[in-house]
Amino acid sequence: MRKRLAALCRCALADLLLGVCLTAAATQGAFAASSLLHKTAPEFVRTGLNHQRVDLKAYRGKVVLLDFWATWCAPCQVEMPRFAAWQSQYGPRGLQVIGVSMDDDPADALLVVRKLGLNYPVAMGDEKLGELYGGVLGLPLTYLIDSKGVVRAEFQGEADMNVMEKQLQTLLQHP
Amino acid sequence: MKCGPMLRPAMIALLVTLTSSFVNAQFSGPAATPESAFSIPQAQLLQPEALNHLQQSARPDKPLVLQVGSHVLFAEAHIPGAEYIGPGSQPAGLQLLQGRVASLARTKLIVLYCGCCPWQRCPNVGPAFAKLREMGFSNVKVLYLADNFGADWAAKGYPVEQGR
Repeated sequence: MRKRLAALCRCALADLLLGVCLTAAATQGAFAASSLLHKTAPEFVRTGLNHQRVDLKAYRGKVVLLDFWATWCAPCQVEMPRFAAWQSQYGPRGLQVIGVSMDDDPADALLVVRKLGLNYPVAMGDEKLGELYGGVLGLPLTYLIDSKGVVRAEFQGEADMNVMEKQLQTLLQHP
Repeated sequence: MKCGPMLRPAMIALLVTLTSSFVNAQFSGPAATPESAFSIPQAQLLQPEALNHLQQSARPDKPLVLQVGSHVLFAEAHIPGAEYIGPGSQPAGLQLLQGRVASLARTKLIVLYCGCCPWQRCPNVGPAFAKLREMGFSNVKVLYLADNFGADWAAKGYPVEQGR
């Protein structure tokens, strides 16, 4: 009886582990399929909110922090002042921050840009740009792109800003 | 030794319980302000798998699925058959919501979703849910998207449509 019980427990544990593993594999597989990591960042050219030309390719040679955000995204509002500070601090060392607003109305985005005093170019995004980046279906979404235009890090949702800054510093040291 | 056939349902039940406990734990954090997603009772939350099941079923009384977040994100991908309403965090969005459902029976099953941001940060579903309850709708569910629509729906292989 005790042997049978022990065998049943082993089976139960095996089923549990298998279930957990399969769930994790399915999720990771889907994420991996849409990831841009280690790929060339899709190029785009837009007119910025301040009427400047925002051409991703023109920033080759610099480390680019590309931030997809929106006015209704609370975590985005937390991150953006930090990005502005990094632009001031690391800009002379080769960083260029670029913001892409996924708002419907540019006027809303411009208000926030002015309110936060953002010191980097911000362009409007849309579904075409979102699709180009594999689907921007949740914000914030931030990419670190090296000087050759390759995506080296991807942060979805509320990111640990200290981790992001460390990766940024590493990229600036070894662009 | 082969596992008994009785054991697999038991393990599935255990997994469901563990998942449910995890989800419950997510709601024990920040205080529930009237406009936050935390203000929505747990009984009114619908898991993605359950909504997908509802959508795929042959039942004639399909739910009315309304996206109450970003139009750009909706255009990129949305739940098949879902309608874009407008952001629930803004008066204009709530007005559109009110207009869309005004003529419906108050017992109609309505599913709201957003998925713009992590659940605890979503500004849209809480006010939209409150508006429908205020209007007397008794069968309102809100799709629980822990991280966002991309991670919790699209990336999990549930069907999506594109376009505005």
